[in-house]
Amino acid sequence: MLEIYDGPLEVPRILERWYGVQRRRNFGAFIPFVGTVRDEGGIEGLSFDLYRPLLERWFNHWQEQAAKRGAEVAMAHSCGDVPLFESSYIAAVSSPKRRVALELIDRFVEDFKANAPIWKYDLRGGERIYAADRSQPLCGSGLLG
Amino acid sequence: MVVTVEFLGPIGKEPIELEVRSLEELSSFLAQDAALQPWLKNSAVAVNDEMITDRAHPLKSGDRVTLLPPVCGG
Repeated sequence: MLEIYDGPLEVPRILERWYGVQRRRNFGAFIPFVGTVRDEGGIEGLSFDLYRPLLERWFNHWQEQAAKRGAEVAMAHSCGDVPLFESSYIAAVSSPKRRVALELIDRFVEDFKANAPIWKYDLRGGERIYAADRSQPLCGSGLLG
Repeated sequence: MVVTVEFLGPIGKEPIELEVRSLEELSSFLAQDAALQPWLKNSAVAVNDEMITDRAHPLKSGDRVTLLPPVCGG
């Protein structure tokens, strides 16, 4: 499950749906992570661009890795503007028992931060300012430099 | 030998079409644009949605080259 939404995520609805499906599939553990926009540095919110073809490829690779351990991953992410105190990101892992899901959720979220083709902007005074200082170059960057 | 070059996220530049035979040639061409120089140094490159790490990678007509600047999801 990879779901992209315009604007903030309706977290309770998304999680309720995922939980409803996964518990009936005999997964004993369901571990969601929800990322919420914090009030810091005077921003009014965050905004996101994403590149879907490579995001899907990255996600499918993770789904294959999870399947090898009998687990499944799910992800929802916002595109466009997300105000303070709204959420832009949900990652979740389901597995038959807790240990695998607890390990995978950590690796899944960290790898997402490093490799998912998504760009973040701060919203300030109605402007969209690239979050350059929090962004990480992808593997192989600088090839044309 | 026309390839399309796309500039994603904060690079904020419309796609262009070029006649180049390799990423090496593409690099020389794009370096003429001063505004692009910082992005060339920190962007990763995909050709037809495959990540590429070899500057000698040949390009063929119809290829789509994508520049991916530093990322931050979540």
